[in-house]
Amino acid sequence: MTATDLGDRVAVRAAARPRPFWTIPRRDALVGYLMISPQLAGSVLFVLLPLGLVVYYSLQEWNVLAGTFEYVGGANYAKLLADPNMGQVLASTALFSAGLVVLNLTLALVLAILLDQRLRGTTFFRTLFFSPVLVSLVAWTIVWQFLLQQDGGVNGLLGLAGVEGPNWLRGDTTALLSVVVVQVVKNVGLNMVLFLAALQGVPRQLHEAAQLDGAGAWTRFARITVPQISPTILLTSIITVVGSLQVFAQIAVLTQGGPGLSTTVLVYYLYQQAFQFRHLGYGATLSVLLFLIVAALTLLQWWLRRKWVFHES
Amino acid sequence: MSRRVKLALYALLCVLCVPFVFPTWWMVTSSVKPISDIFAFPPALIPSRFDFSTYSRVFELQPFGQQYLNSLYIAAVVTAGTMAVAAMAGYAFARIRFPGQNLLFLVVLVGLLIPSEVTIVPLFQLFHAAGLTDTHWPLILVPILGAPGVLATFIMRQFFITLPGELEEAARVDGLGRFGTFRKVALPLARPALGAVAIFTFLHSWNLYLEPIVFLSTPSKFTLPQALTQFVDAYGSPLWNVQLSAATMTALPILVVFVLAQRQFIEGLAHTGLKG
Repeated sequence: MTATDLGDRVAVRAAARPRPFWTIPRRDALVGYLMISPQLAGSVLFVLLPLGLVVYYSLQEWNVLAGTFEYVGGANYAKLLADPNMGQVLASTALFSAGLVVLNLTLALVLAILLDQRLRGTTFFRTLFFSPVLVSLVAWTIVWQFLLQQDGGVNGLLGLAGVEGPNWLRGDTTALLSVVVVQVVKNVGLNMVLFLAALQGVPRQLHEAAQLDGAGAWTRFARITVPQISPTILLTSIITVVGSLQVFAQIAVLTQGGPGLSTTVLVYYLYQQAFQFRHLGYGATLSVLLFLIVAALTLLQWWLRRKWVFHES
Repeated sequence: MSRRVKLALYALLCVLCVPFVFPTWWMVTSSVKPISDIFAFPPALIPSRFDFSTYSRVFELQPFGQQYLNSLYIAAVVTAGTMAVAAMAGYAFARIRFPGQNLLFLVVLVGLLIPSEVTIVPLFQLFHAAGLTDTHWPLILVPILGAPGVLATFIMRQFFITLPGELEEAARVDGLGRFGTFRKVALPLARPALGAVAIFTFLHSWNLYLEPIVFLSTPSKFTLPQALTQFVDAYGSPLWNVQLSAATMTALPILVVFVLAQRQFIEGLAHTGLKG
């Protein structure tokens, strides 16, 4: 019997007498509306309204510096398609997100498996791997900017091993790689902890039974562990993919999108267009594109969840 | 497990640790090195000479104490506000039946799909029209009620759904109304989920960077992430040692709190909220 059933029964009993307007279900509904009202008002005011406005702005030629604001229909979208930078920006975005997601999830899983071996001192290592999650993002980025200078700490350590390191933030490939690594090391601890909890939830009997049937370590990992933790893999990948498309501070501090456009991901390009060049109409068009990409990826992953994930708890 | 395998695993863990630990170590030690030593080769893992004067420079160049307080109070208000709003909305969506419930929940969930960068231009316009740019209001209201708060509401709803219905019946028999049931019965049970929400929210607010640089223009109103990037010379090159001192003061207190409370911290995160 649920609380609502009970409410109904009380209501039925009350019906014998002259019926008060404020029956329990009605009172419940009122309380429900009141309790969601701050969140709902916030969603309308700070999510839906701005989303509508972004679409509206994207149809305007709006340049703060030139003082223009006029309806131009699809002109900004035509500009988007013809933008000579767009190919490079999308390529950088895709490369950055793919590199980040693959490296982050792989490393998180490897670390979680290492920490799941019942070694002594696991808690200590877990603390170390998790600690960057708590370091202020910009502080972390500044330290890495310092480390990655030509004569900085990373090349200093490499120098001790007799290797001459590159100027990390000035080369196309190394700049993108640097931003990916800085971001992965910062946040992989979170996914690691989620994986660790998932690994510890895999029933031990499954492994024992498979071992009796002669399954090797790799087979057990591929056939038991991965399917068992697939809901967590999916959840972490959604969080990481969506997060990778929002990486802004790291790029603003480390590379300002350079060299060239090699680290200009969509979010950073959008910021440049809207707030540095003051093309707010075009900035809004880029926002619509970013929203569509994030929404499409999220929905794709939810759809995959139905097709692929082994079980739902 | 054989001894040799164990040793190999420990060695692997130690090597993997380097990129996680070295930056923090390097930040703290470099912040107390004299400027002439910070790019020295070979790198000094332990400073041979100490120079604490950069720490006072931090406060001379920026109203850093004020900026520190700004970040702290904004993060505290956002965390408390988000916990209250998300707990109420999460409970109502999970346990109360009311017409239009599913549709309203979908409306709220749209926030999960929207990176804050997408709505930053119109939000700037809205707050500008309200005369609230260069104040802390956007940094407080948007995280509590906007897209970041939606994740918190979602986590709380997922938690409240798992509560057994008998608890609420008992509360009702005891004469508690809906809100009383929420406050006296459900909320105390939700402490682990609330803890996870609090940690996420605090870190999110503490790390916020795009919003402050878009909304704030007066240095005494800046938050820490924004202030950290302001320690530059006339040409815009970083004053490394001053920046690192400021970064150390920003990062170290939170790290210390974490190390002291790490068990509750990590296990709280792992076992509640985000389990799906």
